Amino acid sequence: MPKILIPTPLRQFADKKDAVEVSGSTVGEALGALTAAYPDMKKNLFNDEGKLRSFVNVYVNDEDIRFLEKDKTAVADSDTISIVPSIAGGR
Amino acid sequence: MATSLTNEEINRYSRHLIMPEVGVAGQLKLKNAKVLLIGTGGLGAPVAMYLAAAGVGKLGLVDFDTVDVSNLQRQVIHGTKDVGKKKVDSAEETMKDINPFIEIVKYEVPLTSANALDIIKEYDIVADGTDNFPTRFLVNDACVLLGIPNVYASIFRFEGQATVFCKDEGPCYRCLYPEPPPPGLVPSCAEGGVLGILPGVVGLIQATEVIKLILGEGQPLQGRLMLYDALAMKFRELKIRRNPECQGKCTVVKELIDYQQFCGVPHQEAPLPAPVSSTDISPQDVKLMIDAGADFTLVDVREVHEYQICRIEKAQLIPLGELPKRLNELDKNADIVMHCKMGGRSAKACDVLRANGFTKVRNMTGGILAWADKVDPSVPKY
Ligand SMILES: [Zn+2]
Repeated sequence: MPKILIPTPLRQFADKKDAVEVSGSTVGEALGALTAAYPDMKKNLFNDEGKLRSFVNVYVNDEDIRFLEKDKTAVADSDTISIVPSIAGGR
Repeated sequence: MATSLTNEEINRYSRHLIMPEVGVAGQLKLKNAKVLLIGTGGLGAPVAMYLAAAGVGKLGLVDFDTVDVSNLQRQVIHGTKDVGKKKVDSAEETMKDINPFIEIVKYEVPLTSANALDIIKEYDIVADGTDNFPTRFLVNDACVLLGIPNVYASIFRFEGQATVFCKDEGPCYRCLYPEPPPPGLVPSCAEGGVLGILPGVVGLIQATEVIKLILGEGQPLQGRLMLYDALAMKFRELKIRRNPECQGKCTVVKELIDYQQFCGVPHQEAPLPAPVSSTDISPQDVKLMIDAGADFTLVDVREVHEYQICRIEKAQLIPLGELPKRLNELDKNADIVMHCKMGGRSAKACDVLRANGFTKVRNMTGGILAWADKVDPSVPKY
């Protein structure tokens, strides 16, 4: 099953886990499985229209899905999906 | 432009001079370089100290903050004796002590759309180490407009991100993240905390990239987002591509805009207490209610680890994130006062309760910090 890496700010919505294995053959299915397992994650990842929020990027291995096939990007069992939200801290 | 090094400089920089990747030519590049540091806090501290030590000829510092004792856990450029001083003054003193042969220019102002281009255009490279989204977007857009590389880093708790934006035809910050998160969704360091050594590691990645850009050596961290997880002690790298909408010259950026508005933040320089309304109550009035034995429920919506630092005796703890699931612990008809650290999270908690049919809900303004200031000085502030 593909693995989703959960970033620090979102771990509170995923029982504090840093990675979750989910089923799915596309990024959309994998993220759907993630939010089904952890419903609180949904509003942090998707807007009201169900689109991925623009301050959250999703990568399959090291490539941004916006430059692949977005949520239709295929994922294999060996792939790692990273959720990377913008952070602004510096002080 | 300097064309030679003094004997004192030759002694000082000898470990650079004997490296073929730097040498006299490289050291002269450093001496003639002008780098602007936005923020002299967690990230800015190590960047400023190491760039000063390396002999970067002109270093600009933008910061209007003063040194607070809670900064010292990570902002190693400032010391205990500097508490209360302007950060730019305290930073300058440390940098001058490290290296008296460099020029330091202080900008004791908030960076705004009105002054950003004028300040940034005097420099070759910007190192962005601020702590908020409006300034991040402002710095990016100014760098895009001026064609100046922006060495970027940001931190959260024990994670860091770093990259180089706006270098040549490379991607910009908006290519990576077109829009900021709505206020409140991503906590700041003040709210979320930060491991004190984290900005040291991430700031030095930033300083390293600055030095490489000046020297023109190595592979710049361009088109790559470096992710660092201190707890796992792992570095990962992701590709950053130019956003098609930014193609050409990041054409999405035409001029500087109102970044506070863009990021949905009210116009203010520093966090201020929320405006007083009938749904707010001051800490003093809460104290009066407690003393009078009034029948009301006080709810603390901070996290457990914050509750362990300090608390108000009467308060019952329900962390904001758990509130929707724990509404049954509260009485819909009861008089309820919510509080947090500074008043922001409890305002959200009030909204949650009202949306669920609670009628008598008030927010304690300024949170437990205001309680410590105005009611009980024995409560420690964090
Ligand atoms: Zn761009």
